[in-house]
Amino acid sequence: MTATTRRRLLTRLATSLVVIWGAITVSFCALHLTPGDVEDAIVGTSIVTPQVRAQIVAEYGLDRPLVAQYGSYLGRVLRGDLGHSYQRHEPVVTAIASQLGPSLLLAVTGMGLALILATATALLTAGRSRWVRGLASGAELVGTSVPMFWVGILLLTVFSFQLGWFPAVGGDGLTGLLLPAVSMALPVAALLSQVMREGLERVLHEPFVLTARARGMGDTAVRLRHALRHALLPVVTLAGWLFGLMLGAMVVIEKVFSREGLGGLMLDAVAGKDLPVVMGVVLISAFVYVVVNVALDLLYPLIDPRLQEER
Amino acid sequence: MTHAIDTPRRRIAGAALSRPRLGRWCAALVLALIVLTAIAPGLFTSGVPHEADPLAALRAPSGAHPFGTDAIGRDVFTRVVYGARHSLVAAVGATVLAVTAGTLLGLVAGLAGRIADEIIMRLADITLSLPTLLLALLVLTITGPGTLNSIYAIALYTAPGYARLVRVQSMVIRRSGYVEAATALGLTRARIVVRHIVPNAFIPLLVLATIEVGTALVASSSLSFLGLGARPPAPEWGAMLAGGRDYFSVAWWIAVFPGAAITLTVLSITVVGGALQRRLEGLDPSGGGRNR
Repeated sequence: MTATTRRRLLTRLATSLVVIWGAITVSFCALHLTPGDVEDAIVGTSIVTPQVRAQIVAEYGLDRPLVAQYGSYLGRVLRGDLGHSYQRHEPVVTAIASQLGPSLLLAVTGMGLALILATATALLTAGRSRWVRGLASGAELVGTSVPMFWVGILLLTVFSFQLGWFPAVGGDGLTGLLLPAVSMALPVAALLSQVMREGLERVLHEPFVLTARARGMGDTAVRLRHALRHALLPVVTLAGWLFGLMLGAMVVIEKVFSREGLGGLMLDAVAGKDLPVVMGVVLISAFVYVVVNVALDLLYPLIDPRLQEER
Repeated sequence: MTHAIDTPRRRIAGAALSRPRLGRWCAALVLALIVLTAIAPGLFTSGVPHEADPLAALRAPSGAHPFGTDAIGRDVFTRVVYGARHSLVAAVGATVLAVTAGTLLGLVAGLAGRIADEIIMRLADITLSLPTLLLALLVLTITGPGTLNSIYAIALYTAPGYARLVRVQSMVIRRSGYVEAATALGLTRARIVVRHIVPNAFIPLLVLATIEVGTALVASSSLSFLGLGARPPAPEWGAMLAGGRDYFSVAWWIAVFPGAAITLTVLSITVVGGALQRRLEGLDPSGGGRNR
């Protein structure tokens, strides 16, 4: 690892720490900015006994000065204690863990489908005739303009209500998972294949592609063995952004298909003003985002060896 | 920092440029029609969006009701037409608010010195590293649901993008020849900012904002669909889909037309915005920079 890479990583780590600290501070401010007493904000719309109220005051140290409260809040969050959901009567961490499974399954399937679809489209259409490319980019333009929840509604209307191929609500295993995953994948794939084709077309004009062709390599082999790796680079830079998109997509898609998961948990919490749950999900996702980005910085020189010498 | 303004939709808009001119003009025409619909919905329908006729509930599209009727017999076409205003006001409102806040923050960051710059840009980093929809949900938990609150929520997470653009632009422009000349001529700092820096940073900002109205429309209609923005009796497109949920199984037209209106609007905004972007970059090679 060169000195410049190390410095870049250190800067990235420092920025990440600032981001995490900032997110915690933002959520602390959120608690105290909410109109009314802080206890009310934590309790939300659920009805609790005076004993529970007293317990909240003690737990959050609400009778102490603001700086001390901030300190203890920071400490608890860093130890992984995200507080208590007073709507669900359980710790926030437990609530999130119980809903994580179905959401994770949906997200992984959806993103996997999107990647496969985008790679295939980009490989098949890059550098082809004007008509093929026009058709593909037209489809991509529509795909990126469609709101994801409407894709879900359309698929539900056509395949569940009209054709009756898939269950409309819930559904176990693959049949219940397919429509939600496809609704998530289509808009994302449209975007990714756009980015990947742009990358592929740039690469297909490079001298080393010409060299490969001159050695007698077939078109398919050139695309798969040489060009694809370059076209994937810009996709990797989008990973952090994709993660955020995926979380948002989860909330919307789970609502459309009435699925169990983090999305439902979040929406219930927003409706019930259950602030600790909402803050918990936001904090965890900020943390994962930061981890993803640091991991990417570490991986980048491995994917693109040129970065080890440059910069 | 060039990637800061490289939002995914901007990429797509940039790619839409290779499209023939005809498509661009069609998109402009469609967009003009949609805007006209939002300004004067009475030109396109004689109906009233809240008028219910229970005897004509859940009718399929026909001559009398081109988009059919909903569960309590309201004309879906009339509601989609009147929905243009509700939906566009939220999207444009959020964008205007974000551009205004972003411009102010960006100017301060770009011109007021290192400390202000660091604080504002780190705040932008924090906001941009939280998933957008989750940030909106956090805001709406505190403020409660509603059209106005959802506009604030969307503006909050789009403003940092504009702030970054304005910051970079103002730094570039500050070092340009004509600002040096203005300084040499003895113009005051405030005058230079107002007369030279703002107008020159404004055009790329306007183009970005045009494209991002589409993103804001998707966001605000999604929030309405989730029941956190405009509420069902209002003919907002997302709210119409939320209100019609229980009837999708028997009346496909309730599910199709409001969503098609959103898609058509976003599509035409993206194509027109992309065309504007290309013009800008053709005219002004230093303006913001083509992606990569």
